[in-house]
Amino acid sequence: MTNPAPSVSEAPAGFRINALTGAATNSARGLSAPLSAEITAALSASPTGEVSVHSVDVNIPLLEKNDILAERNRGYFLGRGLAALNLVSSPGAGKTTLLERTLDEFGLKTKCAVLVGDLETDNDGRRLSRPHAPVAQITTGTVCHLDASMIARAAQSINLDGVRVLFIENVGNLVCPASFDLGEQVRVVLLSTTEGEDKPLKYPPIFKSAQLVLLTKIDVADVLGFRRDVALENIRRIAPQAKIIQLSARSGEGLPEWYAYLNSLADKP
Amino acid sequence: MHEVGIMESALSAIRQQAEKHGATRVTRIVLRIGTLSGVDVDALRFAYEALAPYTIAAGAELEIESVAARARCAACGEEFGVGRGFVFECPKCREFSGDIRQGRELDLARLEFP
Repeated sequence: MTNPAPSVSEAPAGFRINALTGAATNSARGLSAPLSAEITAALSASPTGEVSVHSVDVNIPLLEKNDILAERNRGYFLGRGLAALNLVSSPGAGKTTLLERTLDEFGLKTKCAVLVGDLETDNDGRRLSRPHAPVAQITTGTVCHLDASMIARAAQSINLDGVRVLFIENVGNLVCPASFDLGEQVRVVLLSTTEGEDKPLKYPPIFKSAQLVLLTKIDVADVLGFRRDVALENIRRIAPQAKIIQLSARSGEGLPEWYAYLNSLADKP
Repeated sequence: MHEVGIMESALSAIRQQAEKHGATRVTRIVLRIGTLSGVDVDALRFAYEALAPYTIAAGAELEIESVAARARCAACGEEFGVGRGFVFECPKCREFSGDIRQGRELDLARLEFP
């Protein structure tokens, strides 16, 4: 089966049904009960014994608006020569802590910016605020994810001159952000050792969509009895396409690999 | 929980299509939802029942076509269907695949008007 065309397409004009013979000129599909009732009623009132009904193949992606805006964002980011990363995780997996340290180390050499989403408060925006890195806080109210239009607005609100890496810290949620393309170049899913090894098995769609999985808080793995090999195997089973980096924003373990990864994105023309 | 928002955009697309076809009512709505779309079908039906009565879709029958996931094996090129679960293991060579070929659908597929 192929994907439907992203644009609206129409089937040849609807069915025609003859009241006397019951023959339909396009009977490839069955009609719904309400429509059949509708036809019966219309036929009894029709002097020619014919009514026409419509069944239209529309094939419209329900997130078309978001997908179009996301492509616009992607083009905008590409045009400015910056790499956009969408960081997704459960609340408390360590997105903000990782970004704080990344801005303080990696961000000194390579100019970074952050768009950070939460339902309420600008606490994360203030935590991430640095003279050398523009930050915009997005508060979503009750919305459980960021969407492409929020990113478009927030990206316009900060000065992106010279910025090579744009971090988008999504709302802490492992479910809804999976469906919303923001126009990022890389989707990064964080899994912390405090969450348990089976998170990828419990929330597969988000892991399926990841290009990079960060196993965070690796410094406390042993204390927690966290089985790294089991977690890595679970990630590999669900998301074999994803690169995996194990790190700790506190001890610094694994950060050189993370920075090298960011460099490889920022160095692309 | 984003199913309400998705249903709102479905209803807005349905209204536009109905206008385009000169219809004042809709009798059937067919959605095509992939198993990897991240959308819960029950939540979507719930959102439909809550929102549709106030729209042109009031009284229409909602049909949801589920689309099973398919993946392609990077090692041997085999394309295979995936039943339950999200572990895409090639039936031939037992490699795991991240190359999804089908199952992310989230579409308004078809409408019927009287």
